[in-house]
Amino acid sequence: MPDSNIILSVKSLKVHFKVKDAKGWPWTPAKTLKAVDGVSFDLRAGETLGVVGESGCGKSTLARGVLNLIHPTEGEVVWLGQRMDSKDAVAWQHARKDMQMIFQDPLASLNPRMTIGQIIAEPLRVHYPELSMTQVMEKVRAVMKEVGLTEQQINRYPHEFSGGQCQRIGIARALILEPKLIICDEPVSALDVSIQAQIVNLLKDLQKRKGLALIFIAHDLAVVKHISDRILVMYLGKEMELAEKHALYDKPSHPYTRALLSAIPIPDPQLEKHKVIQLLQGDLPSPINPPSGCVFRTRCPQAASVCAEKLPDLKVVTEDTQSSCLFS
Amino acid sequence: MTKKNAALVEVLQTSVEAQIAGRSLWKDARIRFFRNKAAVISLVVLTLVALACAFGPMVLPHSYEDTDWNAMGIGPSFHDWHLFGTDELGRDLLVRTLIGGRISLVIGLLATIASVSVGIVWGATAGFIGGKVDSVMMRVVDMLYAIPYLLIAILMVTIFGRNFSLVVLTISIFSWMDMARVVRGQTLSIKSKEFIEAARAIGVPTWRIIFQHVVPNLLGIVVIYTTVTVPGVILTESVLSFLGLGVQEPMTSWGVLIEDGTNVMAATPWMILFPGAALSITLYCANYIGDGLRDALDPKDR
Repeated sequence: MPDSNIILSVKSLKVHFKVKDAKGWPWTPAKTLKAVDGVSFDLRAGETLGVVGESGCGKSTLARGVLNLIHPTEGEVVWLGQRMDSKDAVAWQHARKDMQMIFQDPLASLNPRMTIGQIIAEPLRVHYPELSMTQVMEKVRAVMKEVGLTEQQINRYPHEFSGGQCQRIGIARALILEPKLIICDEPVSALDVSIQAQIVNLLKDLQKRKGLALIFIAHDLAVVKHISDRILVMYLGKEMELAEKHALYDKPSHPYTRALLSAIPIPDPQLEKHKVIQLLQGDLPSPINPPSGCVFRTRCPQAASVCAEKLPDLKVVTEDTQSSCLFS
Repeated sequence: MTKKNAALVEVLQTSVEAQIAGRSLWKDARIRFFRNKAAVISLVVLTLVALACAFGPMVLPHSYEDTDWNAMGIGPSFHDWHLFGTDELGRDLLVRTLIGGRISLVIGLLATIASVSVGIVWGATAGFIGGKVDSVMMRVVDMLYAIPYLLIAILMVTIFGRNFSLVVLTISIFSWMDMARVVRGQTLSIKSKEFIEAARAIGVPTWRIIFQHVVPNLLGIVVIYTTVTVPGVILTESVLSFLGLGVQEPMTSWGVLIEDGTNVMAATPWMILFPGAALSITLYCANYIGDGLRDALDPKDR
């Protein structure tokens, strides 16, 4: 792996929140919610990293922690070889030119009082205030065309568009600065399936043309498989497995990954009927009070007594796979 | 054939969309505002009232302070152009209502502008920045609430003497806190919206987020609240005038005229009827215009 290509490297990132117990006394010490607890990964230029995991496992918090929208509690983010201090507003302001984000709810992520043209132009206005109005508008038109919007829509308001179109607007806004990285926080989960395909293919296409790196967060494993090069599986704020796409889907090494994969519907009724889903017992434990040792042990079919004692780290299993299961 | 149709549809669509394209938010809002009949009528009526107050006293034969010895305390009549009648001192009520309207409308306008602008900036800043800044700013508001405004008004009049700008200032100082609270509450709910997070991810500076993303989305509630503020301000002025802290006799305002009229309601009802009607009409119009503006400025409501 040529390391010079790495544009983003996240090292044991932790995002913890203090939660006051509503029933407690005012002086009761606040509890800590470990939304993201020590996640590390590298991202190369032009690569797509898929992040999967069930609801509440810290995927979105991870995205916000990486972008410093929420200050990380611990750990570091290295962007283009520079260690980013979460308090250094100037450095972040500069870095934001190259890292953009696409959001889950396409309509809610657009200001209802701004026209599409104003929305897409905003990053340019903020980062390149010296550009003239005509230059900005020219750029906006070009990027609108690129994501499949027509020029005539430039003065319309977000609510006049469908969900898929709104997501295209969101993508246009993220693209206009020609960033190196776009973090997509469940960009397709609010859209219906046919539109999902359009948006995912648009992202793939743009990535190919512009050499974008993507961090693609989703809970739909089929979508993630389609777009990703590597996949990070999260559970309760921790990394379970980080593997090349094919290695992960063909030979999942972590029991949690296996359980997730067994739940993917097969588009063949005959096979689907006889499929064995490896159901997980119980619910997701609370991130305020996670299990000792391996966080997955309370629902793991392979759990042994050692799992409660030893805190497993992500370790290299094969060339393409890293897993945090003690038995893999 | 179908191909031809599709091409035709496309051409039509582009031409239609090209026509739609040129409209700005303000043009759009104006068109929608003028579609609202109640709002347009109110605007016309309010303009007439304002024009009458501004120019009426110059045209009419009487002055607001001179006594007509031949007509003291008479009802409305065409005799000698006492259309609204006179008060017990023989002063023409029509002219007095118009003169009073000048004071009331100007105070209503100025104090409302002050309260709206200070309230928005204060509330939006406190709500958006949050944390300690929010606590301190809102405690300042609480402290101002705790101070009885009459006391301050009396103090200021004692120190600086009675004048018009002092009345405006006093009312302004004590009328922005409600607006600040309402705006802060609304800001808190807007702050958690995804488009604010999107703006932060883009790297939009905080002050720009407040004025470009938060404040425009407050517009609806601000307009509604302003229509409540206008009458409140006009009534506060009347209270101050009644206590002798506002405008000085023979100068008058709607509040003063209504207070005077209340005392002699049984004997000379027109003395409360006409100023009261003028005030009510103004307030009604303000409300309808507020409604119209809110609907017109909301792009979601077409």
